[in-house]
Amino acid sequence: MLPTQTTKKIDAIEFGLLSPDDIRKMSVAQIVVADTFDEDGYPIESGIMDTRLGVIDPGQRCKTCGNRVGNCPGHFGHIELARPVMHAGYAKVIHKVLRATCRECSRILLTEEEIDYYTRLFKQYPEIGQKTANLSKDILKRCAKVKVCPHCGEEQLKLKLEKPTSIYEIGEAGSVRLTPIDIRARLENISDDDYRLLGINPNAARLEWSILTVLAVPPVTVRPSITLESGVRSEDDLSHKLIDIIRINQRLRENLDAGAPQLIVEDLWELLQYHVTTYFDNAVSGIPPARHRSGRALRTLAQRLKGKEGRFRSNLSGKRVDFSARTVISPDPNLSMNEVGVPEQIAKILTIPQRVTTWNIEEMKQLVIRGPDQHPGANYLIRTDGRRVDLRFVKDRTIIADTIEPGFIVERHLDTGDIVLFNRQPSLHRMSIMAHEVRVMPYRTFRLSLFVCPPYNADFDGDEMNLHVPQSEEARAEARVLMRVQEQILSPRFGGPIIGALQDYISAAFLLTRKSSLFTETRVNQLLATAGYSGELPPPAILNPVKLWTGKQIFSVFIPGGISLSFKANICRKCKVCTKEDCEYDSYVVIRDGELIFGVVDERAFGAGEADSLFHRIIKEKGPTTARKFLDSVGRLLVRLITDRGFTMGLDDVSLPREVEQRIKIILEKANEKVEQLIETYRRGELDANPGQTLLETLEQRIQATLAEARDSAGAVAGEHLGLENAAVIMAQTGARGSRLNLSQMAAVVGQQSVRGGRISRGYQGRTLPHFERGDLGARARGFVTSSYKSGLDPIEYWFHAAGGREGLVDTAVRTSTSGYMQRRLMTALQDLKVESDGTVRTAPGRIVQFRFGDDGVDPSKSDHGRSVNIDIAIEKVLGKRKE
Amino acid sequence: MSKSTSRDALAKYMEKRIAKIREERRLPPKVIEELESKVKDLEISKKEFDEICNIIIESYEHSLVEPGEAVGTVAAQSIGEPGTQMTLRTFHYAGVAELSVTQGLPRLIEIVDARNNPSTPTMTIHLADEYAQDRTEARRIARNIEMVLVESVASNFSIDLIRQAIDIRLDKDLMEDKGVTTEDVASAIQEKIKGKGEVEADEYLVSIYSMSEDLTDLQRLNEKIREIRVKGIDDVNHVVIRKESDGYVLYTEGSNLQDALEVEGVNPHKIFTNNLMEIYEILGIEATRNAIINEAMSVLNEQGMDVDVRHIILVADMMTADGAIRQIGRHGISGSKNSALARAAFEVTIKHLLGAGIAGTRDPLRGITENVILGQLIPLGTGSIDLLMNPQAVTKQ
Repeated sequence: MLPTQTTKKIDAIEFGLLSPDDIRKMSVAQIVVADTFDEDGYPIESGIMDTRLGVIDPGQRCKTCGNRVGNCPGHFGHIELARPVMHAGYAKVIHKVLRATCRECSRILLTEEEIDYYTRLFKQYPEIGQKTANLSKDILKRCAKVKVCPHCGEEQLKLKLEKPTSIYEIGEAGSVRLTPIDIRARLENISDDDYRLLGINPNAARLEWSILTVLAVPPVTVRPSITLESGVRSEDDLSHKLIDIIRINQRLRENLDAGAPQLIVEDLWELLQYHVTTYFDNAVSGIPPARHRSGRALRTLAQRLKGKEGRFRSNLSGKRVDFSARTVISPDPNLSMNEVGVPEQIAKILTIPQRVTTWNIEEMKQLVIRGPDQHPGANYLIRTDGRRVDLRFVKDRTIIADTIEPGFIVERHLDTGDIVLFNRQPSLHRMSIMAHEVRVMPYRTFRLSLFVCPPYNADFDGDEMNLHVPQSEEARAEARVLMRVQEQILSPRFGGPIIGALQDYISAAFLLTRKSSLFTETRVNQLLATAGYSGELPPPAILNPVKLWTGKQIFSVFIPGGISLSFKANICRKCKVCTKEDCEYDSYVVIRDGELIFGVVDERAFGAGEADSLFHRIIKEKGPTTARKFLDSVGRLLVRLITDRGFTMGLDDVSLPREVEQRIKIILEKANEKVEQLIETYRRGELDANPGQTLLETLEQRIQATLAEARDSAGAVAGEHLGLENAAVIMAQTGARGSRLNLSQMAAVVGQQSVRGGRISRGYQGRTLPHFERGDLGARARGFVTSSYKSGLDPIEYWFHAAGGREGLVDTAVRTSTSGYMQRRLMTALQDLKVESDGTVRTAPGRIVQFRFGDDGVDPSKSDHGRSVNIDIAIEKVLGKRKE
Repeated sequence: MSKSTSRDALAKYMEKRIAKIREERRLPPKVIEELESKVKDLEISKKEFDEICNIIIESYEHSLVEPGEAVGTVAAQSIGEPGTQMTLRTFHYAGVAELSVTQGLPRLIEIVDARNNPSTPTMTIHLADEYAQDRTEARRIARNIEMVLVESVASNFSIDLIRQAIDIRLDKDLMEDKGVTTEDVASAIQEKIKGKGEVEADEYLVSIYSMSEDLTDLQRLNEKIREIRVKGIDDVNHVVIRKESDGYVLYTEGSNLQDALEVEGVNPHKIFTNNLMEIYEILGIEATRNAIINEAMSVLNEQGMDVDVRHIILVADMMTADGAIRQIGRHGISGSKNSALARAAFEVTIKHLLGAGIAGTRDPLRGITENVILGQLIPLGTGSIDLLMNPQAVTKQ
């Protein structure tokens, strides 16, 4: 059964101007009354809301097409202008064209030979892929310089464009303003051929049409009036503007008919021009914008299209959709990364159209019987004749269920197992929209696996996410095959996994796999069961006195066989000589044929964004499904482990013995003394400047170096006393969260606060705060915080800390907007590029940008961290076989 | 003996096979190179070698881009996404504390904008092999590059109204530091002012006698003389010498590639500038493409962003595909798109719409934005192919 409906495709769009005749032809009503509704609230005949232009009030019928609101598309009307006016947007073009044509005979100001030459080029340019627009630019420039018409010998006068809409002819006697009538007369005389040379396509637009004699009045559906609660009607800005135009137009006409003096006519004409100009664009420079009674500038045609909130970017490039939902997200470590938990309330609103067949008819009947209020139910039934039944209003659904036959479409509730798209803004890369399988759940938040937090950049401090339900079989197939989370594990940015473990998973993995971890049979069974493992237990590492298994063994259960690699873990101390397998800290990881032999598992092994890690190898060699299963089951195991064991950090973890605190204090005091000495030598003028720096810069640099060193050594002293069992240390070392710097800031000293990349120096005259002497360059006076977060900051330190923190906030705010704009520009510049079947990269019109993408034709997301082929692995694969 | 002959035979076989792969272009050159070097020291049989080759070729072919892939969009995302994590600050150049170089997001924007003048132009100059290890030579060459103005070696300027002269007292220490003699200064001034005055040089004193009687002329001359270049090349305000693994390298503040290339003692093959426009003018578009790739890559790496080169290559190729540098933005690529709708949807909407109207443009709707606007399938990925299944054919089977 091939779909019978044909989809129409628009092949091309041609642009052009409406001629006065076109406008009259498409018009259904001439508008002459500058008013909207009469006292009874009915539209005035020939007024701006004439019912022939369409209807906006429910119940009314359109006089033109007879349809009601919603079905009537609206129809154009027109206004006959008493005097022609210029379209402000074309003033520049008109000016240029007038300059390029003779004021007497309206021929283009080129000699016959030149015309021939250019005509020939016009034919050649498209053939060689050049734009004729550039030629026209040339001609316009060239013609503007011509003094005497080569055709009739008339001397050309200078033309000056006074923005926005006045053109003056500067003769010897002085300058004369050309009225739109004069201009129109000249433009009318220009031949089609000449227009072509000037870059105007006479088949689509003759320039005289931009001198308006008739004005199209858009249908009321384009400018609906709104009724306020008080019953007062409020008209759209465009309607206001049209009323202004009609009013002045009528006055001008009356005055012309009455033979009013030239001066009055010109004033009114000018006013009409103003209104028409602002009707098109209310932000034209040189004239004040038309305003609403309240003083707000009107939003006229150009404003409706322009900018971020305009028609183009807001309604055409981006569209609102049905079948979507949005709510707060929260974590669920028991979900697979392929899944998303959807609240039942949402599942009952979002539907999937499912065609009834002989195979699913019973199931569909049940869904219809259950109806819209019970969860796996249905909201609508579409019969074969296309009639749609809203099940909310069906009294007895069993009756309607009996009428169901194959060919009906049931719009059934979203249910567990359906595929949906899940998205978090800002959608910076393609992993910001991924397909998940639905798990309908109680409560009101979307639930997601923690593994997908990095690609979405999501956390749970109130983030919201969007969900979309694909409605066609093709869309669902594409979502499942191309967009599913497991298919997106490898990022195209760097060809490594962007999905992976984070935070507690990493701490837990370390706790599990370090040497001292041994588990009894019960524990092993518990852990493996939570992870969903149902195979045999590996032989225990220790048999007596009780059977014990190492954490490495438990972890190895989930590493697929055939994976072999070795690398240095995150906890590696970067010793000068690496002892590899004999590493004292167990930081050299060796995995042989899916068996973790040495080393601990931490961020390096399976963290998010870690290229060349264990997880990366698994997905490269065993594929996304295996990789997903590995991470999902290991994740469940680790969560169980760390919940059973407990893992927390408290004040104790950053408390130091008194004598250590004393040592830190001495270090800081010494540093302070050194700073004072530096300042002293500087004051005495005995400081030697660094090459290329002033004395002050040198001093500043030395002080900063001294203080940084002091902070580091204080941190090191503190670090010595925070043992490996310290939770904060574990987190910092394994890469789960935090850094050594964070730690020493909590335990030892916060350190230098900076603004604009240097020590804090601004505030009052020559000092940062009134608590200091003017010109005090000392550590404390310039924002060095000697307290630790644990001991607490004193008020002055607190102030400096806030100053540094504020800069960070401002920085982030600025950065998001600038980088957002850069990305938008990159996007528009590159989005048309695509790989063709011959392997070339081409733009939309087919110009080749690259013969092979990236010079080797390799897709970064399929590459191995940038390498097209991992030769070592190929060799390993072949040689590995030999041993067997 | 047989072992060595078999090895020779194998080596010959390997060579042949690799040559064949190269000829048929089954693998990119870099991969072939790597394969050659890695296989060389292995004790493997002919069969194993063949197997390795086959696996490599297969996995290379697996990693190729699929037709229809939206490589442009992916490149834009891959460069834009890490942008949110980059710094906004100008940092000091790694190691060279004296030079500050724009980095991070501002620099990246500068590159894709194809600005005429980067905010912190700088050159990296390697020395010719014979001087590379010699510190004194390096200093000498650096002195020949660093721009020395009259102002920067003078301790005092004074105008003698009676003699109608400008007296410049030169600073002995500064002169020695920069390697300039009084004669150098005098002749440089003489050259520049030519007919406007007479120059007399004494020890560390240069006097210029104005030709004009007018006092304002004298003032103006005074101002001009300050700015006269005595030594070095234009726009290079400062040179820093650093010892690196392969010898001394000069880092400059300010960039002037044209003149730097002509300085004696530099290695003209290893001069780099971060001014793309200069590269384009002097070395051409291919060099500019490479420079864009290198600059963008180093900015991203410096910030610790892991971005595949291929994305940056695509951006660079797009910017340079016309033979001239085109900016990413409304004055470049986006502004010269064929579709009026696509241009209108980006920036300056009204101008493009009015222009399309008067020119009677025909939009063939081959791009992305146009089709999104019309609500049609976009010609990318699965939308770029028409594939219909005939269910009858399937059932017959």
